Amino acid sequence: MKRNISINPITRLEGHGKIEIFLNEAGEVENAYFQVPELRGFEVFCKGRPVEEMPQITARLCGVCPAAHHLASAKAADAVYSVDPPTTAKKLRELMYMAHFCHSHIAHFYVLAAPDFICGPEAPPTERNILGVIARAGLKVGGQVIEQRSNAQRAQALLAGRATHMAWAIPGGVSKALSESDRKTLVEWGEGMREFASFSLKLFREVVLGNSMYVDMIRSDPYALKVHNMGLVDRNDRVNFYDGTVKVCSPDGIEIDRYHPADYLNHIAEWVEPYTYLKFPFLKIRGWKGFEEGDSSGVYSATPLSRLNVASGMATPSAQEAYEEFYTTLGAKPVHSVLANHWARLIELIYAAERWCELVKDPEITNPNVHTIPEAAPKEGVGCVEAPRGTLTHHYVTDEKGVLTSVNLIVGTTNNNAPISMSITKAARGLISKNTEVTEGTLNKIEMAFRAYDPCMSCATHSLPGQMPLQINLRELDGKVIRTIRR
Amino acid sequence: MNQHKIKIASYWATSCGGCDVSLLDTGMKVLLLADAADIVFWPILMDAKEANVEAMPKDSIDLCFFNGSIRSSENAKMAHLLRKKSKILVAFGACAQTGGIHGLINTTDTKTIKDTVFISGPSVHNPNGVIPVPILRIPEGKLSLPTLFETVKSLGDIVAVDYYIPGCPPAVPRLSEIIDVIIAGELPPKGSVLGATDKALCETCYRIRHDRKIDSFTRPHLMKQDPETCFLEQGLLCLGPVTRGGCAEQCIRGNMPCRGCYGVTPGVIDPGGAMIGVLASLIKSDDPGAIDRAVESLSDMLGNLYQFTYASSLLKRVNKK
Amino acid sequence: MKVVAFLCNWCSYEASIGAGSKRLACPSDVVFIRTMCTGMINPQAVLAALARGADGVIILGCHPGDCHYQNGNLHALRRVALLKKLLSKNGIDPGRLILDWVSASESDRFALVVNSAYNKIASAVKIASTRD
Repeated sequence: MKRNISINPITRLEGHGKIEIFLNEAGEVENAYFQVPELRGFEVFCKGRPVEEMPQITARLCGVCPAAHHLASAKAADAVYSVDPPTTAKKLRELMYMAHFCHSHIAHFYVLAAPDFICGPEAPPTERNILGVIARAGLKVGGQVIEQRSNAQRAQALLAGRATHMAWAIPGGVSKALSESDRKTLVEWGEGMREFASFSLKLFREVVLGNSMYVDMIRSDPYALKVHNMGLVDRNDRVNFYDGTVKVCSPDGIEIDRYHPADYLNHIAEWVEPYTYLKFPFLKIRGWKGFEEGDSSGVYSATPLSRLNVASGMATPSAQEAYEEFYTTLGAKPVHSVLANHWARLIELIYAAERWCELVKDPEITNPNVHTIPEAAPKEGVGCVEAPRGTLTHHYVTDEKGVLTSVNLIVGTTNNNAPISMSITKAARGLISKNTEVTEGTLNKIEMAFRAYDPCMSCATHSLPGQMPLQINLRELDGKVIRTIRR
Repeated sequence: MNQHKIKIASYWATSCGGCDVSLLDTGMKVLLLADAADIVFWPILMDAKEANVEAMPKDSIDLCFFNGSIRSSENAKMAHLLRKKSKILVAFGACAQTGGIHGLINTTDTKTIKDTVFISGPSVHNPNGVIPVPILRIPEGKLSLPTLFETVKSLGDIVAVDYYIPGCPPAVPRLSEIIDVIIAGELPPKGSVLGATDKALCETCYRIRHDRKIDSFTRPHLMKQDPETCFLEQGLLCLGPVTRGGCAEQCIRGNMPCRGCYGVTPGVIDPGGAMIGVLASLIKSDDPGAIDRAVESLSDMLGNLYQFTYASSLLKRVNKK
Repeated sequence: MKVVAFLCNWCSYEASIGAGSKRLACPSDVVFIRTMCTGMINPQAVLAALARGADGVIILGCHPGDCHYQNGNLHALRRVALLKKLLSKNGIDPGRLILDWVSASESDRFALVVNSAYNKIASAVKIASTRD
């Protein structure tokens, strides 16, 4: 008998999301649809705005990764004016960004991901949250999580005035330099973050890699997705969050495309489906072939895992060590396990902390010259960074006064819309069949498939006792509800 | 000591999530709140469903934080539902209080948004001209999406609001203080604004005013500013005079002028209108030609004067041509 | 149509009395509001009038140099310039806001200016309507 499973709402997603799973007569998954029910229209209402306001305005695209938009926007604004900020300004932007990555990756790993691994994917929903994590890992760990993420936020505020929705980067540089006394604070917090990042990976090794059930899950087919990978790499082909070249590798690990971010329109395009407000970016070099895996498909991922997959390594020592351990353990490169994103995220956390420590000791970092007044006439520009959730592109066209006439945005999570849809369908197909009893644990395991992508709203705060989010209505063909499972 | 655990909920309408991040940033304070309260509904972090809220008795939620603008049918539905189920409904953050930055959606319309996003955008590849629809019939069944409103509104535009917490997002130290007040059960009279002062930002701003007048306006990236002097006197638009304090001048300390995310002080109805009074006092010349040039030099009067408050301004939206 | 006209106590209001005593015709759907000086007209009041259904706003003050309070009228000049720009950004024809100068003894000019302003507002409204 045909039935429909509605997962509404999905939790921990920027904006809202829902999943509709349709089962055929045999009780197998016919199809699953991932729907994003939000459309704000920044690309339209930003027209008429002066380009220097955009870093603050576009920050409001996301309250978890506002710094990513702030910097992509500032870089686009630099390009609009053809102005090159002073090196200190660029280093300050990158330093702020490393603190930002730390905040974001800690929030995702500990509050969103860790409950599934530390408490268990099928643990009672009332336990499967940050409080459950603290109960098992200890109050000391819990306190550390809070303190370190708080330091990461305070570090951004020290540099830029405020952490969430800063007003700091402007065309030509930034509005405020770093004082020596603030620098000392950042040195101290950076060291603390480095230790904590290292500890987080150790915790992951013990709790996740030390548990054969999780290792099997990571390696299992429902959570595998063989698609192309995209990420920014620096001149040495290493992962870089702030700047670089966009590199794309096939599911077999072969480089198939490489481009300067300003050229993005020749390399990616966006497909539209009528059931969701979010578009589906794809590689032009392959074309849109539908929701397909493999080399001939246009579908690509831009995630922490993707970044590690396309690069040759990490630019800082401990991160590089962790990178090598990652591929040795999982046995091949590229890695296709979506759940391995959690591990990749921790490797990136180590890199962000190490890079923070490097930058804060740079002799130029307290130089007061942090802004170059643009002289060229404003016209058009593209700015690109790696957001915690994927490659982020801002493209602006302005009039002669620097007021926007056209805005195009390809946001981190948007890159992953097709892979997320496919991972959900694959997990649903792998976990639900006519012989399965669909439990709350089953539904949570389906959620784990999208959660690994850290869809752009990982702001989950300290989770609280409560039921798991799902309700299944099993309906007859005529829509009559015959059974409801709530968790 | 109050033994009764209050029931708390939090919901986000059309929101960026920054208000929830700000709550998280209070660190140990939020854990204290979790301890003192039963969180009965908070979609971003725990898993009670809409159906659970529907099943709750009227007024059974003691306090509900509601952040985000009212931009879609889904947002409006949840606002009405949570108003019904909550004794106290708090407009949390600029979007709920004034419509927030999403008020700028009122400069355009839904058709233009859909056409740009799905048809004419430079990266769009949509050979069949597909546009998402509220109800879609597929072979397997039916899929639905909320409808988008032409005009974005604040929470108070559609339901009665008991308290307001301004800010985009509200400043973390203010949220810590508010949590203390909630845990102690010491909320002020209904209708109050929490976490913000009644006086303008200028009252607490450290920058010095020399009572200078100006010939024209400029923009932050086109000048070398004096970090100790009032922005307005340097020709940089700053909404301090019409904006509530409480944020500790975070942006100003970052050397950027205020854009009014805390909303207007009690005496002000429309920040643009009120700022026009300020700006007219700033302009030096009496000569119509010089005045026109000064006015011309002011960028994006609409976006810059109403960046967070357009939906609750007097004019509210751009007239369709 | 609904039009709001702000007059200043010392000049244009006096002129309006003179115009009235001469029986000079003015449109009946203009509401006259007496203020002490055009310089005290709150820009929010102008926006409120338009937001609440007024088709236009007229402001009549003393000639530059004759302001009872020295330069209140020049202050109004700056405010109106800013308001006009704001209105146009909101898709409202700035011609619906009119500022002019009328002295106490210029009762004929008062009627002329009010009628002319009223007609300008009417045509601005008409153009907007035909475009809708």
